[in-house]
This record gives sequence, structure tokens and C-alpha cells, in this order.
Amino acid sequence: KSGCKSDDKQQRIEKILIANRGEIARRIMRTAKRLGIRTVAVYSDADRDSLHVKSADEAIRIGPPPARLSYLNGSSIVDAAIRTGAQAIHPGYGFLSESADFAQLCGDKGLTFIGPPVSAIRDMGDKSASKRIMGAAGVPLVPGYHGNEQDIDLMKSEAAKIGYPILIKPTHGGGGKGMRIVQSPNDFVDSFLGAQREAAASFGINTILLEKYITQPRHIEVQIFGDKYGKVLHLYERDCSVQRRHQKIIEEAPAPNVTHDFRALLGQAAVSAAKAVSYYNAGTVEFIVDTVSDQFYFMEMNTRLQVEHPVTEMIVDQDLVEWQIRVANGEPLPLSQSEVPLLGHAFEARIYAENVPKGFLPATGVLHHYHPVPVSSTVRVETGVEQGDTVSMHYDPMIAKLVVWGENRAAALVKLKNCLSNFELRLSFCYSSFDESLTRYLDCPGSIWNGSKYVAGVPTNINFLQKLAKHRAFESGDVETHFIEQHKDELFVKPSQSVSAEMNSAARLSATLVAACIFEKEKSTLKESPPGNHCLLSIWYTDPPFRVHHHARRIMEFEWENEHDDSGSKLLTLTVTYQADGNYLIEMGEDGSYISEVKATYLGEHKFRVEFDGVSTDVHLAVYNKDRIKHIHAWHGLHHHHFKQNLGLELPDEDETQHKTSFETATGPPGSVLSPMAGLVVKVLANDGTKVEEGQPILVLEAMKMEHVVKAPTTGVVHGLQVTAGQQVSDGSVLFRLQGQSFLFLTYFELRI
Amino acid sequence: VRRTAASVLKANSIRTRALHLSVLPDTVDRNSEAFVRNSQVMQGLVSELQSHIQKVLGGGGESAVKRNRSRNKLLPRERIDRLTDPGSSFLELSQLAGHELYEETLQSGGIITGIGPVHGRLCMFVANDPTVKGGTYFPITIKKHLRAQEIAAQCKLPCIYLVDSGGAYLPKQAEVFPDKENFGRIFYNQAIMSAEGIPQIALVLGSCTAGGAYIPAMADESVMVKGNGTIFLAGPPLVKAATGEEISAEDLGGAAVHCKTSGVSDYFAQDELHGLSLGRNIIKNLHMAGRQGEINGFQNINPEYKEPLYDVKELYSIAPADLKQSFDIRSVIARIVDGSEFDEFKKLYGTTLVTGFAKIFGQPVGIIGNNGILFHESALKGAHFIELCTQRKIPLVFLQNITGFMVGSRSEANGIAKAGAKMVMAVSCAKVPKVTIIVGGSFGAGNYAMCGRAYSPNFMFLWPNARISVMGGAQAAGVLSQVEKDKKKKQGIEWTKQEEEMFKAKVVEAYEKEGNAYYSTARLWDDGIIDPADTRKVIGFCISAALNRPVEDTKYGVFRM
Repeated sequence: KSGCKSDDKQQRIEKILIANRGEIARRIMRTAKRLGIRTVAVYSDADRDSLHVKSADEAIRIGPPPARLSYLNGSSIVDAAIRTGAQAIHPGYGFLSESADFAQLCGDKGLTFIGPPVSAIRDMGDKSASKRIMGAAGVPLVPGYHGNEQDIDLMKSEAAKIGYPILIKPTHGGGGKGMRIVQSPNDFVDSFLGAQREAAASFGINTILLEKYITQPRHIEVQIFGDKYGKVLHLYERDCSVQRRHQKIIEEAPAPNVTHDFRALLGQAAVSAAKAVSYYNAGTVEFIVDTVSDQFYFMEMNTRLQVEHPVTEMIVDQDLVEWQIRVANGEPLPLSQSEVPLLGHAFEARIYAENVPKGFLPATGVLHHYHPVPVSSTVRVETGVEQGDTVSMHYDPMIAKLVVWGENRAAALVKLKNCLSNFELRLSFCYSSFDESLTRYLDCPGSIWNGSKYVAGVPTNINFLQKLAKHRAFESGDVETHFIEQHKDELFVKPSQSVSAEMNSAARLSATLVAACIFEKEKSTLKESPPGNHCLLSIWYTDPPFRVHHHARRIMEFEWENEHDDSGSKLLTLTVTYQADGNYLIEMGEDGSYISEVKATYLGEHKFRVEFDGVSTDVHLAVYNKDRIKHIHAWHGLHHHHFKQNLGLELPDEDETQHKTSFETATGPPGSVLSPMAGLVVKVLANDGTKVEEGQPILVLEAMKMEHVVKAPTTGVVHGLQVTAGQQVSDGSVLFRLQGQSFLFLTYFELRI
Repeated sequence: VRRTAASVLKANSIRTRALHLSVLPDTVDRNSEAFVRNSQVMQGLVSELQSHIQKVLGGGGESAVKRNRSRNKLLPRERIDRLTDPGSSFLELSQLAGHELYEETLQSGGIITGIGPVHGRLCMFVANDPTVKGGTYFPITIKKHLRAQEIAAQCKLPCIYLVDSGGAYLPKQAEVFPDKENFGRIFYNQAIMSAEGIPQIALVLGSCTAGGAYIPAMADESVMVKGNGTIFLAGPPLVKAATGEEISAEDLGGAAVHCKTSGVSDYFAQDELHGLSLGRNIIKNLHMAGRQGEINGFQNINPEYKEPLYDVKELYSIAPADLKQSFDIRSVIARIVDGSEFDEFKKLYGTTLVTGFAKIFGQPVGIIGNNGILFHESALKGAHFIELCTQRKIPLVFLQNITGFMVGSRSEANGIAKAGAKMVMAVSCAKVPKVTIIVGGSFGAGNYAMCGRAYSPNFMFLWPNARISVMGGAQAAGVLSQVEKDKKKKQGIEWTKQEEEMFKAKVVEAYEKEGNAYYSTARLWDDGIIDPADTRKVIGFCISAALNRPVEDTKYGVFRM
């Protein structure tokens, strides 16, 4: 420790600017606050009211919503740090976290960059360079082409040498952006150009590398940490094999089904890798493990704190952000390799706003209801949003990270499943302001549902995560990167008839409870503030509502949004009779075949206690109106159900085009191809009137920084191609028509898994 | 009769609370034979009533209801349920109008009327039932429609007409069309109410033909439902006959025609639910801000109120099975007023009439109830109490159980007619809200003094045991047989005892039938028969509705002193 003398000269960090947003910004602030360090947030106009701004001691606006004008704008961030007197900048993950230029800029301006040395970032940021260095250091590498020569013909011949399937990857960046798997030489050119374009759009550099594509790989990464005195240690590995769209959704530490020896080998390789670039601070060395041969290869090194760092924190019982700050302060690492504990098992599930059935397409919308599970010493919820916030299309659609810890893998998994089923989150697709004013204006008690005319999904992946966690292969730790693809039949399976029947009866029960809860809530609202505020009229709102010689009855029609299979929504008709004792007699079906008497008690906020058939249970409700539809989400026990009610509101008048709303419902003339999501048109590949073959790319959409190729669903002639490059399109809007087609193509796009 | 532990407990608590000065004591003998018998008889009457009601609630029968549903139309009561505030009460009027009145069964008279709140504003609903004779207007249908309008005008309630009617019932045109209180009066009333600032809203949910077309046309604002709603003076068949023009109902008088071209209607509804939403919205946005002061009467009503101390269900046992048996009207009052608290006025004077002050759902009321025949003193006491209430603008509740004024030489010499006239004068001129409930008999001039139908109470309801006639059947038989006997005697005809009994029996039978509550309610001599257990609530609703307008000053005529 005598070597620490030099840091007496260095000023210790007392104020940190966090050059990031969302959950990671809040995560860093939490540790900073614990250490007594003041925090500065930066925000774009889209984030003015967001949680990370509210959580910071100070906040500085850095620009408009697009990331390149704000969170990627290094100079304005550095200016903000100087303005606020921060000594250090923590970049989080993503954005500028792996920008060597930014780290350099910080250093030039006398600010401490909380991260690795600039040289390490630069070396590891260039994937080709990093592989050369690692190869020299004796770290095993996947066969591939990492040359600077980017001629397309040369690349194609290199690909042939390595052998298909081939992985095309931009040399810069990460997160799966721009990556393509090519199965045969025929597809090479298309994919190569696409990858180049995406890389250019995301990272500004379009160099590409090629690699052998391992068919049954596992993705295992090692958390390493180094100090400024050349000491490097590893904090064990994480398994991040369960991915979709090349992005992780469930991570765990330590990796399941890994021997002690293998773990040690991995750790050593990771430490060697770090030492090869004189690394300090937090980093992750990613390996690809070929489950067929049990070989592991160096993939890349992430020179930042990773999204999934909490699972490592849980099993080593350390605060990695604290370590980062201490290392940046010039302190030595607090532990030696042998002192690093390995305690139990941890999982992280990433909760995203995304439309799973639509191929995990990122979704945007308003968080109408957001009640994550309560946190404890073994359950962490990392989130950057709160109820009422908008998940905008400007940034990553991750809503929260759920992290759980258990004594062992099985115990942790039980906890994960439980937390997922209790995670209350409802997101609706974006409103237009017109719709909002309409729903507020018109209301009608009860409703009749006249058949589904609206296309709406459940835009979060919670259900899918539950299915993953329940899958037997996952339960046994039998994971690899193609897990979802391999088990898709089961993960997206239609449940058997008996399961369907069970689902139906659960939905019926849920509808019954929901009806009782809604009426009970109405009752308490009426009691508190009778409409019109005439105390004169309170008698008209006594419970139960009076009818001359009969009980008041109401018919409720719920459309049950079946989230479990694709059999579609189902109409449930309930007849609710107010009983003299305040209970509700609820009948369902034409013949009243399902009868239950329910007593509901309103506990406040969105919570209810219900009693029926000798059972007493909690029910939580989230209710919001959108697009003339009332959406009701109910949670009770392990169940979640989504019901819709028609509010009896004005439908768009077909012959009054001048009053057409700005919100396009999913309709169009026959043969129309509709946009699968809201996004930006980056390229139009066909002209109006051209004849196209089935599967021919027509245009390229960019949304959430991902490219989606819209292809011709059938052979035909393109008509009414209304969009141009640079144009923003909304979800479900008509992109073009294929003449002579009588179908409506709702979401035809290339799905790459 | 065994008393349950709960009722013993309740009785104990009542005993302690009865120490409060104005709380009425528990005087009912629950162990008496009469208590049990009365209960059984009333239970029977209520069950009979329920079975009649169940029949009319079904509308015009299964096939008609099915046809109605197939057109995406709701039944009239369902329509009203969706217009009134969710979870709110609805006071339906004259459910048994038209009961056994015509050869045809006319459930609820083919029209549903009643009062309920929409966005916190009380409204009068008038809804045609298209499943009953196509929603056409029989004479009783018109009477019920006009009665609803009369109440609305008295209470200044916005009117919502849910129109779905074929117009006048042509076979009975002579009883429907020409007279003052006939079809035309509906539109006259609309015009007069509109002039007084009482909103008239029509929702055209079905056909609206001929004269009926004037309901939406005369309305302040009207909504039409696409597909189902049509308005025309003559339907397609008549048009073809008259002009040879062939045209569909929708093109002739559909929502599009009237909302876009003719301007007969104001709001275009995509479907019935949308139409009902628009209806609610019109009420929500009634722009009456400048008239606020005119709308509400009392503001000093306490929303915190106590329930009566005694079980309202015991009213079943209190009304005697035999109307000749008397009962203490205070035991009824004790079960309908807040906290069973009743401040009795002139308790020791004219004791056959009970008068006093109480509150019902926090609303102050003056109650006048019968405890026997009206004597000279009772009538004077009644007149005095009415003057008190009108002076203080307190609504009056009449609990009728009256056989009439005392007769005989002493009474006549005492000027019973003069005393009765004072009470009738007071009742007639009183401008405070008046609600009459007939809990037993309602005979002769007693009916007048106790605010019978002719005295325009704002609302009038009967218990199922009620009887209304000029006198009792037996008395009438006695009087008539005496007259007949005298006539026959003059003609020299001998009347055998048997013949006389037969004559009497016939009179009694006729009185029995015509004095029945169903006979009354079928003809709209009242606003409905109620379950005694609902008495408190119904009075509460009636007072609340009547107080929708400010109470006027009362001016009396010349009292004969």
C-alpha cells in the first residue's frame, strides 16, 4: 500500500457527472450518494422530467432528444461537468462509455474519466485490433477475417475460406447492432451492405469483420477489475446465453453447468486479456463457448460497466460502482483474487417495452401502470422510469432490470418466477393527443363490444420472460445462444386444449373479480364525491343502487386479450346484480352458467380484497382509456389478465375524411402493406409502378437504432408508395400497396433471430 | 314468536337511545297474533306484486325482445341504466300502468318513465318500449307520458325522451288524438317546458313516425342513431301510396338525412351506445350556468343522516290485514324518518291526526298522518300544521289511512264541513313539495284533506294493501240498498231479504274491484305501488326530486272561519 502515496496529490472525487440516463444513471447515483459524493445528471429535452434528473443533486440540459445531439455530444457533456464543478465523469454503459475520444477529451479538460485508460478503450473498441492483441497474448480466438481491406469481393472470398455459416459484424460498437448471420454466399452481399449501413448509422464507422459462426454457442463473459498499479482480478463469470435479436434478456452468475476447472481457466484467460492492454477499472471479457467441442474463444472486451453487472455484485457481495470510483481515485483494489467470495446464484431479467409476437419489436408508449416488486436484500429492481412516464422511441426500450439472488440456482429461479408474476407493468402504445381528449370527453357506463376492430399487443416481454424461466431446459441450465430459436415451438406454443380450458376458466374468474372490483371502486368514488357535488343528491348514490321492485343489474362486456396463445381475444358477457348486502351476484354466459357471489373491498390505490366461494385474495387493477377502449389489467395470485371494454364512443366516420384523426388504425385498402412499427424510413429500394418478386426488399425502416427491411409479401406491382427516405412513419400506417392483392399485410418484415 | 338474540340486542340499544326527547318509542308488540298475521298477509300482497312486476319487466315478450336485440337495440330499462350515472338509483314510476286495462296486455303501459341522475343532475326519463305493441301510444301510454312531463315541469327536471315508437295506436285514435290531455299535449308540454328553461332532449333510437316525429323536432337538442333511428311524418309505405315515390326508411328519414341535410336532428350517433354517450354528454354540458340559482331549492340539507332505529321490514306487520283495524301511524313514521326522531306538533290536541317534524335522508319534512277519523279539531290542527310548513318551506309528507270525516248531527252542528274545508284549502294552496303515501284506506273527503290525487301532490304512491274509493264497499252497499229499497217501496214492490243481500254483494264486489290498488295504479291514479319496506327510500327520492327547484311562496284563499 506504500505505492498509494502518489494519490495524495490527486484530488479525490467529490462530485460526479453521470453522462447517461435511465436506470444506470440512477444506479451510479445511488452508490455516489452512499459515498457522500454529489451527483450531476445530464438530460435531453425528452428526459426533462425523468427520474434520473429528479434523483440527481443537479441536472444540466445537454440538447434535443436524438442521442447524437445530446447523450453522444461529448463536448457539451464535458462543458456541463466543468460548469457544475464535477471532478469526474461516469459514462455508464452505451452512449459514450466506450468512446476513446470522449475519455481523451475528459483527460484533456482535467476531468477524471471513471473507466479504463484511453489506450485500452481504443485497442478493444476496434474488434480487429483487439483480436490481434489477444492472439499475441495467447488468448484463443474464433477463426475469421479481421483485415482492414474491406473490398466486398475480397470479403466474400475470405468468407468462403472460413466456411459458412458466417457472422458479419461491424468492428466498432456492440449490442448486436449491424450484426448479420449469413447462411449461404447468395445472401452475402445484401447482408454485408446492410451491416455497413447500420454500423455507419450507429457508430459512424463502417468497417466490418467476418467470423466463423458457431452453431451451438454459449455466451459466457468474465467480469474483471484492475487498479492503476497493474493488479487485475476477475469476479467470476456470467452466462448471457439467452438472447433475442442478439441482445441478452436473462443473465445469470455464475454460469450453470460449468466445472471449477473450466471456471478457473476462463478467469485466467480474462485476466491475461486485461493485462495485455494494461487495463484498469471495470471491464468484461466475452467468450464464446462452443458447447460441441467445449472450446472457448475470445469474442470481445467491453471496456465499461455492463448492464448485467448486478448479478456479479450479488454473488461477490460487492458494489462495483464503488470499486470504479475507488480505482478512479487511485486506490488499489480492495480484495485479492483469493478473497473474492462466490456466494449462491443470481439472475437478472431485463424487462423491455417490446412486442414479443411481432418478433420482439421495440415498442413505445405510456406506462399506465407500474408497480415493480418490492425490493429487499435479495431482490433488486433497477429502473429509470415511473408510472406515467413515456417510453419514447429515442432511446433503448428497457424499462427495468429485475435482479434476484438465492442460496443456489434453483432457489434463485423460484424467486425469479415469483417476482416476474408480481411485476405489475402495463404499457400502452403511443397516444395521439386527439384520442386522449376524446376518451376523456365521452364516457358511457358499461359497454357492448361489437367485435375487435383494433390491433393491439401486449408491449412488454414479462410474459415471455415467465415462459423462459419456466422452461425445463432453462431450469436445468441447459442454455446456449440459440435457446429461444431452438425452443421456439414451446416458447411460442399454443397450449394444449386442457391448458386452454384452464386458461379460459382462469380468465372467467378474473373477469368476475374485475367486475366486482370496478363496481366497488365506483361505489367508493361516488361516496367520496357524488357527481355534481350536490349533497342534495347523495341519496341517489346510496349502495346498492335502488330500483323499484327489482335489483339493479348491469351487463358488462369484456374482451379478454388472450396472452397465452394465438387463439385471439374472447368476449365475456357478465351480468352483475347488486345485492342488498353490498355483494355482487355475477352471472356469465348466455345461460348464466357461471354464477358467483363476490364481495369486494377497496383497499386504496389499485388494490382490492375479494371474497368468493370461500376464498379470499388480493386483486390489483390497472385501468386506463385509450383509443375509445377501456383497458383493464388485473393481477391476482399468479395470474395476469388483460380485458378491454368498448366505451361506446365515436368511431371514425367513414365519409368524413376531413375529420380524420391523426392516429391511423390498422386498416387500408386491399393489398396494403402496413408499417410494422413506428420508425424512420432510411431507404426506399423500389419505385412506384415497379414489378417486384416475393421477398424483394422494398424499403428499410429504422427504429430503436435497428434496421428492419420491409419486403414484398408476394409478387406484384408496387402502387401508392407514399413514403420517402427520411420520413417518419407511424405504427400501422400504409407504406404501399401491391396491386391485385386482396389481403391486408399487417406486418411483413424481415425477422432476424 | 321467538326473538333472536340480535333483535333483543337491538331492542336494548333502542331502549337506551329512546331517552332522547324526540325519538319515537318502540310500541309494537312483536308477540301479538296480529303482528304475525299482518306480516303474512302483507308478505302475500308483496309477493303478488312482485310477480306482476316480474311480468312487466320482461317487456313485450320473448320474441319481441329477441327481435329488438337482433337490431342491436337495448331494452328501455337497459337504455336508462346506461344513461344514468353508474351505480346510481332510478325511481321508476307507474310500473303497472295499463295493468288489465285493455284486452291487449300492455306491459308498463308501453312506456318507461322515471327519475335518475345523469352527471349529478336529476333528469326525467321517458322511454318508449318498442317490444310492447311497437311502442305505440295507447290512451294510458299518453297519460303516463303526460304524467312524467307534469312531474318534470313541477320539479324542473330536464327531460330525456328515448324515442322508439310507432306513434299513436290507430284503432283507439278517438281516445288518443283529439282531447286536451291527448297526444298533442306532449308537444305542447315540450314547448312550454322549453320556454321555462327546462331542457328537452330527444334520443332517437328507433322509429319516430307521424306525430311522434315532433318529439325530436320539438326537443332542444336531439341525437339520432345511424341505422335504427328514423324520423318521418309518413313512412315509406304511406309515401308510396301518396306520391308513388319508392324510398328506404333510412334514405327517407335516417340519421344521415336529418343530421346532414334536414337539420331535424343535431347529433349523429354511430350506434346505440354512442347515442347514449352523446345523451349523457348533452346533460353534462347543459349550459345553464346563468340559471344555477333557479335549479336548486334547499342547500341546507345534511348529507350525514341516521338510519331509523327500527327495522323497516316490520312495516309489513304494522299495516293491519283488515283495514277496519286501526294502528298507530307513529310506528310507520318511526320506521321511515332519520334516527326515528319525530318532533310532534300539538300531540295532545286533535289526536286522530298526527303532525310533526322529522328528517328523511337529511331532508327536513313535515309529516301528517292519520290515526283515525278526522274530527273538527284534527282538521284545524292539520290546517295549522300545513300553514307552518309552507311558512318555513318544509316539504309535506302525507301518510294516508283515512275513512273520512266524522259524520252525525253533533259534527255537522260543530261545522265539520267548515273545518274540513280549511284543511282542504290549506292542502290545495300549499306550494311546498307534497308527497302522499296511502298506507291503508283512502275514503271520501279524507282523501281530499290528505292530499289525494286531485290535490296534485308531487308524487303519490300506494302500499299494496291500499284502498281508494268514495266510501267503503259495505257503507256504499248500505246507502245504495237503502235508496233502492225506498224507491221500490214507492213503487210498491216488495224486496226480499235475499234480493237485498244480492244487491249489496254486487255493490261490495264492484267497490272491492275498483277500490283495489291495482285498479288505481293501472289507471294512473297514483305513481305506483311500492313495497312498504321501500317507503323511506321512495319518499327520500321524491323529496329530493321535488327540491330540484326552489320552493315558492304560498298564498291561501279565503278560509271560512
